[in-house]
Amino acid sequence: MITLNINGKEQQLDVPDDMPILWALRDVAHLTGTKFGCGMAQCGACTVHLDGQAIRSCITPISAAAGKKITTIEEMQNDKIGQAVQAAWSEIDVVQCGYCQSGQIMSATALLATNTKPTDADIDAAMSGNICRCGTYPRIRAAIHNAASKLA
Amino acid sequence: MNAPLNTPLNISRRTFIKAGALVVGGLVIAFSIPHAKRFLMPGSAADTTADAAKDAAKLPTPNAYLRIGTDNTITVMLAHSEMGQGIWTTLPMLIAEELDADWSKIKVEHASAAPEYIHTAYGIQITGGSSTTWSEFDRYRQAGALTRALLISAAAEKLGVSADSLKTENGFVISGDNKISYGDLAEAAAKLETPKAITLKEPKDWKIIGKATKRLDGPEKINGTAIFGQDIQFDGLMTAMVARSPVFGGTVKSFDATAAKQIKGVRQVVQVPTGVAVIADNYWAAKKGREALKVDWDLGENASLDSKALLAEYKKMAATTGLIAAKAGDNKTAMAKAEKFVEAEYALPYLAHSPMEPLNCSVKIEKDGCEIWTGTQMQGTDQTAAAKILGLKPEQVKIHTLFLGGGFGRRANPAADFVSEAVQVAKAAGVPVKTVWSREDDVKGGYYRPMFVHKAKIALDANGMPSAWEHVAVGQSIMLGTPFEAFQIKDGIDTTSVEGTADSPYLKNIPNYQISLHTAKTKVPVLWWRSVGHSHTAFVMESLIDELAHTAKKDPLEYRRALLKGHPRHLAALNLAAEKADWDKPLPKGVFRGIAVHESFGSFVAQIAEVSVNEGEVKVHRMVSAIDCGLAVNPDSLTAQIESSISFGLGAAMQSEITFKDGMVEQSNFNDYQVMRMGNMPKVEVYIVQSTEKMGGVGEPGLPPVAPAVTNAIFAATGKRIRTLPIGNQLA
Repeated sequence: MITLNINGKEQQLDVPDDMPILWALRDVAHLTGTKFGCGMAQCGACTVHLDGQAIRSCITPISAAAGKKITTIEEMQNDKIGQAVQAAWSEIDVVQCGYCQSGQIMSATALLATNTKPTDADIDAAMSGNICRCGTYPRIRAAIHNAASKLA
Repeated sequence: MNAPLNTPLNISRRTFIKAGALVVGGLVIAFSIPHAKRFLMPGSAADTTADAAKDAAKLPTPNAYLRIGTDNTITVMLAHSEMGQGIWTTLPMLIAEELDADWSKIKVEHASAAPEYIHTAYGIQITGGSSTTWSEFDRYRQAGALTRALLISAAAEKLGVSADSLKTENGFVISGDNKISYGDLAEAAAKLETPKAITLKEPKDWKIIGKATKRLDGPEKINGTAIFGQDIQFDGLMTAMVARSPVFGGTVKSFDATAAKQIKGVRQVVQVPTGVAVIADNYWAAKKGREALKVDWDLGENASLDSKALLAEYKKMAATTGLIAAKAGDNKTAMAKAEKFVEAEYALPYLAHSPMEPLNCSVKIEKDGCEIWTGTQMQGTDQTAAAKILGLKPEQVKIHTLFLGGGFGRRANPAADFVSEAVQVAKAAGVPVKTVWSREDDVKGGYYRPMFVHKAKIALDANGMPSAWEHVAVGQSIMLGTPFEAFQIKDGIDTTSVEGTADSPYLKNIPNYQISLHTAKTKVPVLWWRSVGHSHTAFVMESLIDELAHTAKKDPLEYRRALLKGHPRHLAALNLAAEKADWDKPLPKGVFRGIAVHESFGSFVAQIAEVSVNEGEVKVHRMVSAIDCGLAVNPDSLTAQIESSISFGLGAAMQSEITFKDGMVEQSNFNDYQVMRMGNMPKVEVYIVQSTEKMGGVGEPGLPPVAPAVTNAIFAATGKRIRTLPIGNQLA
């Protein structure tokens, strides 16, 4: 049994220590908004926040989350920056298949939490770990700028 | 969209709309629009209005559904799958337009697998060929128009007024100052006889069609609640991973599951036709169980497969003439007379689709039926395959289509590979199972865009224009051995292997040409990959045209204009792109342009790339695209698809390839199967040709001209002609 703080709530999960946070969230806590894409931190679909930092949950064992706060896409509607990012995503109509977008939004939100006015180069650096096979990149870039300006 | 837009439709009894099937609290319209029972690509020779109409009259079938709830919701059932291309929004737009629906009340569902949802042109239930919007343009509008007529009749009866005195607006039937909501009329309307003819709106009266409309699936895809196949969970559903042969066609000799069964959460290890399945409580346990599993494989006849050797073999084959796909004049005489030639050999690799959502399929088998939850582009084929495995009738297999986390062709498998395997696993396990592929399984799992070699020798006349064109292509057939073989392979030639070459518009203005094909018998599973044959033929044709233009010392745009005389839609796209990219104006120092234009799936797309090359590193700064697809039903969705095609096509051209050594795929995940990422994505501008021509597709046609536009720009920048993809480090 491990005690976790997921989206502000304490939860006890009966999982092995080496289970990645991704699978604990999806298969045990039944929070399926966080996606599996590659299993080796190559695509970013599994991005969540651990104490506010964007991490790839597919390679981070659940033991690393003990005593820390896990925040997922399901919580972004209650996060000031998350709200702005989601509103920008909606305004620019970013999504296509949508599968990578939870991870994209989590990475974008983490970026804006530390960089209130990211340049294109900042966006490239922060977002190049998140693959979108539909190629929504130009719209993601525009949406991040849009969210930054709304938050300013 | 063969009929003029505003033709009143006379609908005969046998092809007619069946209304009146009442479901709880609402109206169901089942409507029947004839379909041609063939598998065709738009624009193919047999795809003529006359043929379609002839078949149509013979084959009436009820086709799709629309439901109006007493709460005024309008639920549109999609005969096609949403995989990012936006039909979750575009098809409802068609219904809402004719129905005068309240857009905020529209809900959408994927339809089940059923004959009613068979493609209007392809004769099977499929989402592919960039065909959804044009193939449903009449059917979904008619559904809306018929429903509206029924609601008006119901209102007329209720109010005791003539139907002619009524109008409709935003979900209401209006009579003077009175208005009745569609929901309040639904039950009465369901009892009425359907009209014998309907008149669709004239384009000038459209309020929704042609207007940029936001995606209806946007909200759930940005808050994590959208349900993809991967997200299906219910009590008792186990997770399986299958250990498959590391070599295509290999089989299990024996296996030892002792260590696998010791992993906590692993419940069963069972053999299935494709390998050995580890069934566990969750993905992590299944993965660890599979890692602990020992399988002794008989690798079979492909154990020495080597893509370098294969490429050499293809190049050898390309030196001889294959089966003739297109021919005119007398190449031999023309070549003998010519003095100037361009000779070139092009090679393109195997490519994986690698949609973001790895393949998965959940199966629950019961005594007299089976339920399947998955993201698929071919429900009917999957249903038939599952029924056969289980000894059921197809209608006993219920397919629930969830959102597809990308498809690009991989989820339209004539062999129903990932669905069949999941059914086998659930059957062997005796419990409901979700079979999940890892990314490595996906990259190594086959069904690739086939590797191709093209070899061409082109003679130029005194004016620098081509006078004879000799062209040989070598590659595997996608259609061979599939149910589509009968329709797509003609005289030994898979039409998808030569689409874009044998029917090239350039050839029409060249007196002598010969296009031939060697179909390689390689045993690598291949499949349609976004834009199918055009994904290699456009690269070759548009590169060759560029080679000719440079050899003739002519501007590549002007050269194309000269060769495309009599092809107004190519020219419209080409000219619009050139105008918007300021083709005639200089670029910043070190930046160079390349251009390409190509027709595929009934649409015409020009791409202009702005590229710089520094110390061997290629940077694509900007892509300017122009498309003529006929009517753009949702222009923003069209723009998104062109952006998407540029990302997909450019990523592949720059870095992607699947190679084999000792029978095994050398790539495994996104670390070594590289695709487009944010930092490499250029700025994209998309321009739409205002067109009233026949509708084409938009999901794929943007892709084919991307790679040649970029490599033509690289030639302008460096003088080096890229004839092998991916570009990789060829300039280093």
